[in-house]
Amino acid sequence: MSGFAKPLKIALLLAVVAGLIVVPMNFNRYGLFILSQWAVMTIAAMGLNLTLGYAGQVSLAQGAFVGIGAYAAAIMTTHGWPLPAAIVVAIVSSFAVGWVLGYPALRVQHHYLAFVTLAFSTLAFLVFRNESWLTGGIYGISNIPRPHIFGLATNKPLPFYYVCLGSLAIVSVAVWWLIRSPWGRAFMALRENPLRAQSLGVDTRRYTLMAFAIGSALGGVAGALYAPLTQYIDPVPFNLSLSLDLLMMVIVGGAGFYFGPFLGAMIAVLLPEWLRFTEGYYLMLYAIAVILLLIWSPTGILGILDRYMAARRTKAASALRAVAKSRLETAQ
Amino acid sequence: MSAVLEVTNIKKNFGGISAVDGVSFDVREGEILGLIGPNGCGKSTLFNCILGQLTPSSGEVKLDGKTVTGLRPSELNKLGVSRTFQLLQVFPKLSVRENLILAGQEHQGNMASRLVGRSDAGLTGAADQMIGFFKLDHLAAEPAGGLSYGQQKLLDAAMAFMGGPRLVLLDEPAGGVNPSMLADLKDRLVAINREKNATFVVIEHNMEFVMSLCSRVMVMAEGKVLAMGRPDEVRKNPAVIEAYLGH
Repeated sequence: MSGFAKPLKIALLLAVVAGLIVVPMNFNRYGLFILSQWAVMTIAAMGLNLTLGYAGQVSLAQGAFVGIGAYAAAIMTTHGWPLPAAIVVAIVSSFAVGWVLGYPALRVQHHYLAFVTLAFSTLAFLVFRNESWLTGGIYGISNIPRPHIFGLATNKPLPFYYVCLGSLAIVSVAVWWLIRSPWGRAFMALRENPLRAQSLGVDTRRYTLMAFAIGSALGGVAGALYAPLTQYIDPVPFNLSLSLDLLMMVIVGGAGFYFGPFLGAMIAVLLPEWLRFTEGYYLMLYAIAVILLLIWSPTGILGILDRYMAARRTKAASALRAVAKSRLETAQ
Repeated sequence: MSAVLEVTNIKKNFGGISAVDGVSFDVREGEILGLIGPNGCGKSTLFNCILGQLTPSSGEVKLDGKTVTGLRPSELNKLGVSRTFQLLQVFPKLSVRENLILAGQEHQGNMASRLVGRSDAGLTGAADQMIGFFKLDHLAAEPAGGLSYGQQKLLDAAMAFMGGPRLVLLDEPAGGVNPSMLADLKDRLVAINREKNATFVVIEHNMEFVMSLCSRVMVMAEGKVLAMGRPDEVRKNPAVIEAYLGH
């Protein structure tokens, strides 16, 4: 995104945030549900973007962590615990499970790692479905309450949308901090050249496990918000297809770009809704749009912008060089 | 002069092949030791055994008198052992400055302070100084992947020095670098060797470079040490001429 002047960037960001707060006030129930879902899925996709986009560790299990968070929240809040406590438990449990899932990544990479995480995804789904003493099995858990925040009820769609948006804001700031810290640089070093990183003192084992654990914890946060959003959960939404959807959000938005997940989740959640007028064709059109995008720009939407900016910089630089060269020639 | 690095009877077998077959040597504090030998004689494998990238089949590596055999590369680096690679090993999408900050950041503070502390770990100044030292100033903000081969080679060397190492193992630093840049590189290495009292081991095929840079030269052939001595002694050694230098 470099290339824009900084004040312009800040103004743009503030306008978008203000828009996200003000515009939905007139939305109906369904519109607010979709927008809340966008916020929740963006959180999960940001987690995967950290693991995959920044640290380069393939994971097909992000949906399972959303499930772990969702079940933690559903079970706890239906037993009278407040949602913030459930979110803490969701974070801790998905962080711990994510850490353990990181161990295979110390041995295998790329599509082998994809298969390991895919197996984990299936395992998690089977636990959600079969351990009915805990999860309610195929009947799921219903009547999941929405929280009271500072004494205010968030039962209605608009207040709960603000809960989702506020959580997204907190996660966004935390992730922004993380990726610009030395940890973020170490994550990128894992992606770009783990061998070299090791020889520069980067403890690649610890950072790989951290990349999995933190990314998974964000999946857990998303799940803990998803449960009170839908107020009913069963195992089906957390099967492999959610992991694949989240992967697609990251890739389409632009893996390794900070704003990638926001865009990717917007396309994955909103585009099918906008294409509804085409009735039976919307999924096909959606699929074709994704295929064309990835042929045009394998690095996603933000990859297009990045290339454009790079081209502009190169042009500016060669113009400067041309001026310098002509001056040299006149001087001679 | 005390020995910074002592290597005792290192062996490394790959299946039935002994790539390194009982190599012993030591590296004295502040010296520049050259390591030469025909392709496939085990130089890089020896480096990888010393640096923890490979586990030796047998033998011992001591750093300042302490056994470090089998430590991980990142642990060795924190003890002050750094390296460059034969093939280019930079982080192509990070800028030159970011590459250098990364190369130093793990030597600052601990995991927690690196998470909550400054985003550059306080290293922008040190990185820019290193950039100036290696004459890469105009490229500081460019992605490392966009640099020419020789420039990336310089960056690779610069990165090895960011952590303030005691001992640096350089694997063919001159390979693919043009003559004027090579002279620069040699100047830089000599300067760091003198000013920081850093000790170097240099693998290199460019004889002129090795002979003018190194105080001692070790010659390997077929996994064994063939000769060790001052450059002019080694150059005259009939076994070395036969196995490596040619008549």
